[in-house]
Amino acid sequence: MDVVWIGRGGQGAFTAAKVLGAAYSMREGGGYALAFPSFGPERRGAPVRAFTKLSEKPVSNRCEVSRGDYAVYLDETLFPGGSAAGAPIVSSREAVEGAIAIDARGIGEGIFGSPIVNTAMLGALARVWGGVSLDDVCEGIERVMAERHWERNKEAAGAAYDAAGDSL
Amino acid sequence: MDGGEPFMGHRACAGCGGALAVRIALKALGRRAVAVLPAGCMSAVGFNFPQLCFSNNAIISTFAGTASMMTGIAAGLRARGERDFKVVGFAGDGGTADIGIQALSGAIDRGDDMIYICYDNEGYMNTGTQRSSLTPYGARTTTTPAAGGARGNRLEKKNMLEIVAAHGIPYAATASVGYLRDYARKVEKAAAIEGPSYIQVLAPCPTGWGADPSETIDLAREAVDCGLWPLAEFEGGRLSLGAEPRDPSLLRAHLARQARFAHLTDGDLRRIEEGRDRRLDRMRGRAAKEEC
Amino acid sequence: MREGLRARGHIHGGGEVTRAFVSGNEALALGVRLAAPKVVCAYPITPQTTVVERLSEMVADGSLNAEFIYAESEHSAMSCAIGASAAGARAFTATSSQGLLYMAECLPYAAGGRFPIVMMNANRSVALPWNIYGDQRDSISQLDCGWIQAYAQDAQEALDLALMSYRIAERPDVSTPFMINLDGFSLTHACEAVDVPSPEQARGFLPPYEPEDAMDFGRPRNMGFSAGPEHNAFFKYREHLGILRARDAAAEAEEEFGRAFGRRYTGLVEEYMCGDADFVLITLGSVAGACRDAADRMRGEGVRAGVLRIRYMRPFPSAEIAEAVSGAEAVAVLEKDVSFGGTGTVFANVNSALYSAGARIPSSNYIGGLGGAPVSEGDACEIFRRMASGATGVRFIGMGGA
Repeated sequence: MDVVWIGRGGQGAFTAAKVLGAAYSMREGGGYALAFPSFGPERRGAPVRAFTKLSEKPVSNRCEVSRGDYAVYLDETLFPGGSAAGAPIVSSREAVEGAIAIDARGIGEGIFGSPIVNTAMLGALARVWGGVSLDDVCEGIERVMAERHWERNKEAAGAAYDAAGDSL
Repeated sequence: MDGGEPFMGHRACAGCGGALAVRIALKALGRRAVAVLPAGCMSAVGFNFPQLCFSNNAIISTFAGTASMMTGIAAGLRARGERDFKVVGFAGDGGTADIGIQALSGAIDRGDDMIYICYDNEGYMNTGTQRSSLTPYGARTTTTPAAGGARGNRLEKKNMLEIVAAHGIPYAATASVGYLRDYARKVEKAAAIEGPSYIQVLAPCPTGWGADPSETIDLAREAVDCGLWPLAEFEGGRLSLGAEPRDPSLLRAHLARQARFAHLTDGDLRRIEEGRDRRLDRMRGRAAKEEC
Repeated sequence: MREGLRARGHIHGGGEVTRAFVSGNEALALGVRLAAPKVVCAYPITPQTTVVERLSEMVADGSLNAEFIYAESEHSAMSCAIGASAAGARAFTATSSQGLLYMAECLPYAAGGRFPIVMMNANRSVALPWNIYGDQRDSISQLDCGWIQAYAQDAQEALDLALMSYRIAERPDVSTPFMINLDGFSLTHACEAVDVPSPEQARGFLPPYEPEDAMDFGRPRNMGFSAGPEHNAFFKYREHLGILRARDAAAEAEEEFGRAFGRRYTGLVEEYMCGDADFVLITLGSVAGACRDAADRMRGEGVRAGVLRIRYMRPFPSAEIAEAVSGAEAVAVLEKDVSFGGTGTVFANVNSALYSAGARIPSSNYIGGLGGAPVSEGDACEIFRRMASGATGVRFIGMGGA
């Protein structure tokens, strides 16, 4: 199970990739995960990618994937339509044709007071995929993020988890 | 002074000022000093297996890394629970002012507890007398020849003392093997300081300077007496000068004793005298200002 | 302490083992903390920096009882580590690429002085052109400097090597510095779960460093001396024998490591389906995973493929390689370096090993991953196919033959 995260520099694509990896591999009886960013000069606002590879067996192939099982777009302007890098989940207020749309910005603005979308999109992915629970995601947040960020990110993941359930 | 001999059996040239600087400093510091020497005369003559000449713990450092290796040794000894020791470096002028200046600057910047002694024989003597940035104006070396139209080194000696002092080092001084008591006193003063200290000791090289081995001490004294090598101390950033030059007129005779200056014209000599006077004036001015 | 390094415990194998989801660099730093060096000195360089950052945090928060020294250059970092080791303290530093080359003068110095320093090197391309991404030209260029060289393939191995390296390097009959190599970014910056032994377990495996031949005020020593033509070869011969003994020391350390922590390592090489393989791809570092996936795929296509991962480039596993490929029809070496005007350096070493063992197996060389270029499972499959078609010679992946 490979996930490609697509966002803009500063949106936390790699953080989301890591939280998913931790959520999957750090739970009791969990599998294996590898999370990494696309390596290149990273500038705030420029398009960036990150990857989470999940498996029952150790993940030893460290190559980037051009097409994953899911492609999570943290910014709707980066969603390419038909040529998505996997089954697309898109952060968008409006419905998006051919993709599951989550109003992650709205969730972020409500919870953080700013358009932070990465953990919300992870919550949505967890619901759509079903391979990790919301509890796993919350555990992953604790493993990867600073304690002061736990509560609101868990809340954002939970809100998007519910919203994604409605859209399924 | 330690009564034992800390540095003996080495292969230094007769009349070596550097060997004297090392020996006297280690006698002043005692057996709990760890000597660190980069490539240069003193490591070349003192560490030839199986003839190892230091009674103290001693090591040859990387050429460019004298001060950083001193840092590591001090940290390593502290980690092993050792207290009441001093790491002392003996680097030549090239090892200090040229290739080792970055490591020296780094160690002073970190405030590392060490005594760094530059034995300044004003050139790369170990490799056969090439110019370093501490070679004085006019001196003939194998890379600043005095033949054809060339008249030796056309560049001024780098002002290493003030470069070091500008780091805000707790203690920095010049000394001369011509005044051994003064030198030993400064080494002892440095030893009492917790943090970095720097002593630049004039250490004539009869071989490279073109003088008789018996003249080392005289040359080292004269350099002070004629004002070419002012004895100075920076303590907590304040500069103080030793006694005024005994006889500035000695300068020309002093240079005449050294074959490396034999080719100098009257104009060269005037330039050296003027340079000395300017330097002394500036130092006097700074010392006076800081006394107020 | 960074959040990612906060690990939670569970009981495993009779001791408290924690799990953490961390990058290769962070895993290495956790391993270094367990090895408890007393002096850590380093100069930052991408992609090594997070090692230095984590270690400085550990020193600051007291979880690593060491002096952290801000070296003003890599040359000074290694000079400082040599000094600490000469004084009898366990020392650690880390570097990469240009930094490794900048300190290159100090590397044979540390090895010749028999100072068992451990250094992490984040494998990175070498200028020009400037490039911060992963290839192995930096460390491979330093094979002859007398250091043990190991190449990790994942974060767990990086952490485990941090512990094992000191045990191997410090064994008195080895007394040789140890370079742990992690592929830049693909290993240093990729995150995965690792098991972290407890400090108590680590202490049981790796006792404090107490050398008998360090500086000593009771019995002063003159170190780092000169030795002329009449004595030099004696020291160099002993140095060579010392690093060769790292083979046995690694085996011993891995045996004990397996007993203590339940993770098994396989010495200087690691075989994957080599036993009955007709075609063996020899490689090193973190690209081995993609190569194993390729071998699986080729097996599915009826090609008996195997992968031999070199874990240690020094001492070089000549006998192990010859043995592992003794039944093969052909071998290929995939490496992220090249000796310009020659071949890949690993290839040259492998060929020498095969020739010396009397093995006359066709061999070919694939240079890939330069400047961080990805080497995919598909690239590895292509190498297997070319081997099967009898190709030999040197080839730059995606470019052409040479």
